[in-house]
Amino acid sequence: MAKKKLKAHHIERTWCKGCGICVHFCPKQVLALDEHNIAYPADPEACICCRMCEYRCPDLAIEVECQET
Amino acid sequence: MSVKDYIRERFFPHMWCPGCGHGVVLNAMIRAVESLGMSKNEIVMVSGIGCSARISGYVDFHSMHTIHGRALAFATGIKMSRPELNVIVPMGDGDALAIGGNHFLHAARRNIEMTAIVMNNRIYGMTGGQFSPLSGYAAAASTAPYGNIDHGFDIAKLSEAAGATFVARTTTYHVHELSRLIRDAILHEGFSVLEVLTQCPTYFGRYNRAGDAPEMMETYKNRTVAVGSEKKNQDPDLIERGVFVKKELPEYCREYEKVIEKNQQKQT
Ligand SMILES: Cc1ncc(C[n+]2csc(CCOP(=O)(O)OP(=O)(O)O)c2C)c(N)n1
Ligand code: SF4
Ligand code: SF4
Ligand code: SF4
Ligand SMILES: [Mg+2]
Repeated sequence: MAKKKLKAHHIERTWCKGCGICVHFCPKQVLALDEHNIAYPADPEACICCRMCEYRCPDLAIEVECQET
Repeated sequence: MSVKDYIRERFFPHMWCPGCGHGVVLNAMIRAVESLGMSKNEIVMVSGIGCSARISGYVDFHSMHTIHGRALAFATGIKMSRPELNVIVPMGDGDALAIGGNHFLHAARRNIEMTAIVMNNRIYGMTGGQFSPLSGYAAAASTAPYGNIDHGFDIAKLSEAAGATFVARTTTYHVHELSRLIRDAILHEGFSVLEVLTQCPTYFGRYNRAGDAPEMMETYKNRTVAVGSEKKNQDPDLIERGVFVKKELPEYCREYEKVIEKNQQKQT
């Protein structure tokens, strides 16, 4: 399988409800909640593009854009 | 296509509470449909009433939002008149097995081809946290502040006994398994039941001190096992996930079609 590299996290700020599911289950602690309780990529360099945050988000608020390297 | 091509964006952000597992089911369902390459016009989603039932408003398929407990009856009418459509019926645990229990049993018994997805949060979410037939013994609810004395159903065993020809269970933690099982259930030619353990942090979580949404999903991870696992022998309280039943039996609409064909030939 080709390795994937992060291009961007697209977070729909008006849809995110700050439930913390993506933050809790990210295997690399990439995500955090900001002062408005909305998810953001605090450490994007560590992202391995597994997309588990995208698949587990109950609000369809996060999309991980990756490129093959 | 992307996820947004399958939803009615104008209704977002959706009405579910922060961390509600019903949204995770929606997410996995869209990926299942996408992986099947089905056109949105080939799918009808029929639901009753409940937080879970609101899912039919968010997908851009044909949809019907009907009455509490009767989604399967409406779905039966749709399937009988348009058997070429894929009918998906998401239901709450109360919707499917309290008020709708009788419809559920008989749809399973007929083996009519449709996909029943029971979004089991073990509580009546929409009406404020009353216990359901899935809450289980000792669970707390607004109507059982000292602990429930009712015993819960086992949806998988009940479905199998009633005649469902595909029966499976998973959780909102196991999202890959969830979208794969939704896909397999849609493809199955008969009545399929998929039970999804889904968190209601607002009522079930709060009354039962089960924690927030991530913590409730941790419990799904730690307290379930793949069907047939050795671990279940050592710890019988673990809940099994996976496919319990998959068999072929004559399907209701096809049988009905045969009766018509045979008798039309006789008359001509
Ligand atoms: C005929 C009828 N009886 C009762 C109600 C009230 N009611 C609405 S939703 C609901 C139960 C919801 O629980 P469940 O089906 O488990 O769905 P959830 O909200 O937990 O997803 C009830 C009793 C109703 N709408 N119609
Ligand atoms: S899982 Fe979704 S809704 Fe929850 S905090 Fe993350 S982006 Fe926001
Ligand atoms: S794609 Fe995987 S590693 Fe990257 S932020 Fe999401 S969960 Fe974390
Ligand atoms: S009350 Fe429970 S089931 Fe209903 S939206 Fe809130 S968390 Fe979900
Ligand atoms: Mg419920």
